Amino acid sequence: MPKRFAGWILAFPATVLVALFLIVPVTLTIATTFGDGSGPVAPYLDFFNSGFRRTVLWRTLEVSLATTAISLLLGFLTAYVVSRAPGRLKSILIIAAVFPLLTGVVVRSFAWLIILGKNGILNNFLTWIGVIGEPLSMLYTEGSVIVAMVYLFTPLMILTLVGVLENIPDDVIQASASLGATPVATFRQVIFPLAVPGLIVGAVLVFTGSFTSYATPQLLGGERQMMMGTLMYQAAMVNFDWVSASTIATIMVVITVSVVLAMTRIAKRLNPMTT
Amino acid sequence: MNTSMPRSLVAFAAVVYIFLVGPLIIVIGAALSDTSYLTFPPQGLTFRWFENIFEISAFRRTIVTSMQLAFLATGLALLVGIPAAYALNRHRIQLPSWLSTVFVLPILVPEIVLGFSLLKSVAVGASLPIFLSLLIGHTLIVLPYCVRVISASLSSFDFSIEEAAISLGSRPAKTFFTIVLPNVRSGVIAAFILAFITSINDVSTSLFLTGPGISTLPIQILAHVEQFFDPTIASVSVLLMVLTVAVMAIVERTLGLTFLTK
Repeated sequence: MPKRFAGWILAFPATVLVALFLIVPVTLTIATTFGDGSGPVAPYLDFFNSGFRRTVLWRTLEVSLATTAISLLLGFLTAYVVSRAPGRLKSILIIAAVFPLLTGVVVRSFAWLIILGKNGILNNFLTWIGVIGEPLSMLYTEGSVIVAMVYLFTPLMILTLVGVLENIPDDVIQASASLGATPVATFRQVIFPLAVPGLIVGAVLVFTGSFTSYATPQLLGGERQMMMGTLMYQAAMVNFDWVSASTIATIMVVITVSVVLAMTRIAKRLNPMTT
Repeated sequence: MNTSMPRSLVAFAAVVYIFLVGPLIIVIGAALSDTSYLTFPPQGLTFRWFENIFEISAFRRTIVTSMQLAFLATGLALLVGIPAAYALNRHRIQLPSWLSTVFVLPILVPEIVLGFSLLKSVAVGASLPIFLSLLIGHTLIVLPYCVRVISASLSSFDFSIEEAAISLGSRPAKTFFTIVLPNVRSGVIAAFILAFITSINDVSTSLFLTGPGISTLPIQILAHVEQFFDPTIASVSVLLMVLTVAVMAIVERTLGLTFLTK
């Protein structure tokens, strides 16, 4: 084996796999939206001229942003407590966050069907304590999708941020305290700025995950709360309109990839450890 | 331990943890309920919903398909991923820096877009059989875990050990299997487990690739929930949780779970 090419030869099978079955098919999907004969941007005009599809796009953005904001808040505060917990407790808390993360999306979304349904636990409980007279319809609302998505992504946020917060040297925190800062001031002025790059990474993961999700909006949102993933599935597999499905796919790729690129750039600039 | 942690913050974290674990306990309870509808707390106690899983042939078939897919896809991804991870570390100078980005593309591209594109180009375009298309899709989505985790292990491996073995006359291939691979064993195990779990739970890629007669367990669960709302799904979910616990036990034994936060 010629030594000069050894690296290429070893990396070749994996590269071919990705090129042949990911880069080519996804490029073809994007390409079909520009060359279906009815003008280069016709499928996009179709998409944005449809009030229904615009609503779906806005709803998807809204749900994803709400999910990201709420899980950032829950995840960051919880991760802070976890990162400062004593050894044994800390591993238990980490296991308790890893377990839901490794349990599939379908199972975790399904759990909320049992909780939020008409005869669900929450309705039964609220009726029992007398807050409501008859069961509320909580399923198939934007709220139910957001709750399930927050549930889905908070463990990911906690685990991402525990790693980041553990990397903040104890000396820095002790220095802040010994100089007279209250715990709250230390949290806001020392820990938070140092965690910003991690928060951005977590936010990107959660945003792109929610934006492209399928199972959760399908189970908890149904037809009424259609999101981009469910819209795309319907276009492709129910209406067999592959051009319109490809258009939705391309919009999803463009939005997620630009969010990833923009945010990683911002994260690099904001990292106080590198300046 | 920082003793000055505000009480309110600890209470907040406790509530978040109840929110995280509660729904899973509810699923377990619902799976054991002796009623024909989903309810919690369980009324009566029965294991008949677990038996029911295996009486429904669609579940029997999809459990087998999902296991086959997970093992084969993980195996294939390791087969091409280990040499790639090795090349990225050992031959870093020869290879362009964008190459490592290529291997994470399956995470960067939305899975649902990948699934649809594979349907168009591979399943329909090249008319490959359904199982093969699924296998390609699953191999792709687990490849990034294999390359990245093993690459991370290799980055702390001292390649001068390998060179020493070769200069003492060991053949390169033999050196790889007897010197390099045993040193990154924990990375390979971690990659295997992450990949396996990812494949078993996948919805978005499989969604478009399942076809008449061949489906995966998560897709079958989705289809079942839309028609029936009985505790069978809760008991399937419990089975998947048991699998997760088993996997976590293996991770704990071999690596310690804290590695997952790194």
